[in-house]
Amino acid sequence: MVPELGHFALILALIFSLLIAVFPLYGTYTNNVMLMRSAHSLSIGLIVFVSVSFIALVYSFVQDDFTVEYVANTSNKILPLHYKLTATWGGHEGSLLLWIFCLCIWLFAVSLFARSLPLVIRTRVLSVMALATAGIILFTLLSSNPFLRLLPGPPPDGRDLNPLLQDIGFIIHPPLLYIGYSGLVVPFAFAITALLSGHLDSAWARWSRPWTNVGWAFLTLGMGMGSWWAYYELGWGFWWGWDPTENNVLIPWLTATALVHSLAVTEKRGLFKTWTILLAITTYCLVLFGTFITRSGIVNSVHAFANDPERGAYLLAYIVIIAAGSFLLYALRAPTVASLSRFKPSSRETFMLLNNVLLTVVMATVLLGTLYPMLADYMNWGKVSVGAPYFNFFWVLFTIPLTLLMAISALTQWKQTSPGIFKKYLTPSLLISLIVGGIFPFFYGEKYHLGGALTVAVTVWIFAVSFSALLKQTRNAPSFFAGVKQQPLSFYSMLVAHLGVGLLVLSAGLTSIYSDERNIILLPGQEKPLFGYSWGFDGVREFVKDNYSAQEGTIYVVRDGERVATLNPQKRFYMSGAMVTTEAAIEGNLWRDLYVSLGEAAEPKSAGGWIITVYVKPFIGVLWISMLLIAGGGFMALWDKRYRSRVAGSVKTSSTNTVQGAIG
Amino acid sequence: MKAIFQAVLIVVVFVGSQSGLAKEVYDFSNEAERERFHRFTYELRCPKCQSQNLAGSDSQISQDLKRELHRLIIDGKTDDEILDFMVTRYGDFVLYRPQFQSNTLLLWLGPLALILIGLGVFGWILFRKMSAQSTEE
Amino acid sequence: MKRLKLFIPLIIFVLLAILFTLGLGIDPHKMPSALVGRPVPNFSLSTVQDTTRIVDQEQLKGHGFALINIWATWCGPCRQEHPFLVKLANNGFPIFGVNAKDELELAQQWLKERGDPYKFSAFDPEGRLGLDLGVYGYPETFLINSEGQVLHRFAGVLTEKVWQRDFIPLINP
Repeated sequence: MVPELGHFALILALIFSLLIAVFPLYGTYTNNVMLMRSAHSLSIGLIVFVSVSFIALVYSFVQDDFTVEYVANTSNKILPLHYKLTATWGGHEGSLLLWIFCLCIWLFAVSLFARSLPLVIRTRVLSVMALATAGIILFTLLSSNPFLRLLPGPPPDGRDLNPLLQDIGFIIHPPLLYIGYSGLVVPFAFAITALLSGHLDSAWARWSRPWTNVGWAFLTLGMGMGSWWAYYELGWGFWWGWDPTENNVLIPWLTATALVHSLAVTEKRGLFKTWTILLAITTYCLVLFGTFITRSGIVNSVHAFANDPERGAYLLAYIVIIAAGSFLLYALRAPTVASLSRFKPSSRETFMLLNNVLLTVVMATVLLGTLYPMLADYMNWGKVSVGAPYFNFFWVLFTIPLTLLMAISALTQWKQTSPGIFKKYLTPSLLISLIVGGIFPFFYGEKYHLGGALTVAVTVWIFAVSFSALLKQTRNAPSFFAGVKQQPLSFYSMLVAHLGVGLLVLSAGLTSIYSDERNIILLPGQEKPLFGYSWGFDGVREFVKDNYSAQEGTIYVVRDGERVATLNPQKRFYMSGAMVTTEAAIEGNLWRDLYVSLGEAAEPKSAGGWIITVYVKPFIGVLWISMLLIAGGGFMALWDKRYRSRVAGSVKTSSTNTVQGAIG
Repeated sequence: MKAIFQAVLIVVVFVGSQSGLAKEVYDFSNEAERERFHRFTYELRCPKCQSQNLAGSDSQISQDLKRELHRLIIDGKTDDEILDFMVTRYGDFVLYRPQFQSNTLLLWLGPLALILIGLGVFGWILFRKMSAQSTEE
Repeated sequence: MKRLKLFIPLIIFVLLAILFTLGLGIDPHKMPSALVGRPVPNFSLSTVQDTTRIVDQEQLKGHGFALINIWATWCGPCRQEHPFLVKLANNGFPIFGVNAKDELELAQQWLKERGDPYKFSAFDPEGRLGLDLGVYGYPETFLINSEGQVLHRFAGVLTEKVWQRDFIPLINP
């Protein structure tokens, strides 16, 4: 009964989203305020029915309702309760429902919090969002309905949630990722609204900015969580593998990052209007492309969903309608008149432009590398793999100049920056970064590594230039601290995000250069000196827990006669699917992680020896902090007074003005 | 002097094996070989797995290939010979670093073309903004 | 003219959409053998049936179309596949076996119990021939012609359906 209720609620949600997509939008063209206002009440209906639907699915999981095919496929009777809850999004169908849920949360949030917007604008934004949502609900109902019954003869225990997903990381990662993913529909809707209304002034950029920043921040967090999960769950100490599924998130993240910056230029200076619109549309289309690539199974990937070309065809049809429609609208309605605003090469505009150019090139490169195997296959050029060595090469090549310029942009001013500022503030930073970077490898690592020097130099550069920017901003204040207090929040949010990038460079660079790893065979009682530590082995014990049996090794790590860690890596055998997972054991602080994963029993088995892979990964802890900082910069937009001051009061007047404006 | 040193070394090795010094799964005579082995396990793709390199996969085929790789390196094969060995058996598919050849021209040159186009557009916009300034001001 | 420029994103998107549509028809998991069109690699091994007999690649030639089947007693799917191989052999289709990474007694036992479809089965305890053939899972089956050239590789359990779909069109074009 409950699954039917969920199914029915989802159908109602489809109807409501279609209603929001049609009638309020019609109202904006006929100046019917009542129709326009209906968007808000309809969006309440939408969020209610989607919630009912989502809760119904969760309930089916908790109740072990294996007559529901999706539940039977992704859950198991002996699965612990918290994993039953999260198994809701552990497969294709349920994760679509989670996506829909997140889209509706954003839609409702816009309806609730964007009251300061002119009614026409808000209504159109909601209609566009509802249309995008309706497409995905329809896709879910037609090809991926999670509520379908499995009759006759449901399996008594269910299959299982993929053991790799039975993990704390999987509880948090998908919701964050989907909130971010679906959040990018907001700037898309604002862009379409701007095209429909023909109001391409800086106002739409101002309205769209806080939403874009927050959506982008969630996407950043989701990616960060994803890499953390991959790092400790996949068992070989890697946090980014350039897998197509990962790239599919990175690609829209790159254009969203470009969008966050170009929106600032459009808002402040009225420049790059057409480009910003294009970025907003492209970003959402890339989200859809990514979904398509992951879910149609057209590329090889570790965590792709099951292959299903038919599903892919449905999804492609939806993407074509949304994307072709938007790009056509863009081609027909985007303004061709160049802005009269001018700027000099030394201006902040120049840096933002270069930032956007580089981010776009990086995005296109990642896209090329991701799609190339498919292209080569289709063109009969043979089976080609494109992996980390390719992506890392171009990534490093393109992002080093990007991050160097990123730091400088904090020093610049709109229109133009006097050359004296660059000279005064950049010279010391350049010297410091070259010196610190140059001497770092003398004190770290066994031999001088140029990559280590470069990494540290780039990071020090970002920090030094950012601090210089703070000095520059406060140079006219009575004291440094008085000046610090005067700076707008937006300045600090930029600084926080940029420092996050600095730490990301540091951590990613040093980890990839200075990580050590070795496969060793240890007998119980043996100790092996390696990488400056001594690794001792206490043997393997076996036990049964919840839905798996495990072999758990005990490895103690000694440094200078002192025990620094006791690690318990496991190999788990999941009862339901006869699947084996390795659970790495990690002891970490900011500066280094000791990472151990358990291999197989070594021959001869009677000796009790085991193959163990030990890793020492320096600076990986900094990585997680860097991602929090980058996202934090985006979230700070929420506290920015500029976006909240006009919540009450001026709603009515401004909306009627715009209605008249739109009609007249 | 050298003889004494060797004697000490032998004693150390002997004592070491007495107390059961731990072994390594893939032993090498020098660091350079170990380094190469490590690099290859990261740049060769497990042919059976969906999307994993040899280092990240414990499947049977990737264990076989790691053993083979170890043997090739111990035998003193060059990088090109090792790549050749893998490609004749498993095709270009095993290379996570695609070789620069006719079917990957677009892959390797594409990004360079993109950056040139990007910088060209950047320069053009900047030039336009500057010339607009000079005529209007 | 300026308006035309705005159509560029639409054109790029249409090209991508076409690529995606075509991509739907491709199975990324399908792996053609790197050996197709090339001769079977050189080998010299004893056989499971007769440990004193040494066979090499020359003995594969001159039988018209033939199969090389890689199998092992520890391989579960091989068990499933075996009856179909016996049936093919009974119909007179030449099949050569490569018994990989196995124990001789177990392999001999297997052929005794389940029937022996192989003209001979090379005994390859280290799996070297399997590696040279680019095998990545068990069982795998190669189709060769009279000159000992590889025409096709199939990874997985060979069944009537696969035989009709993948092999027959190559044998009777």
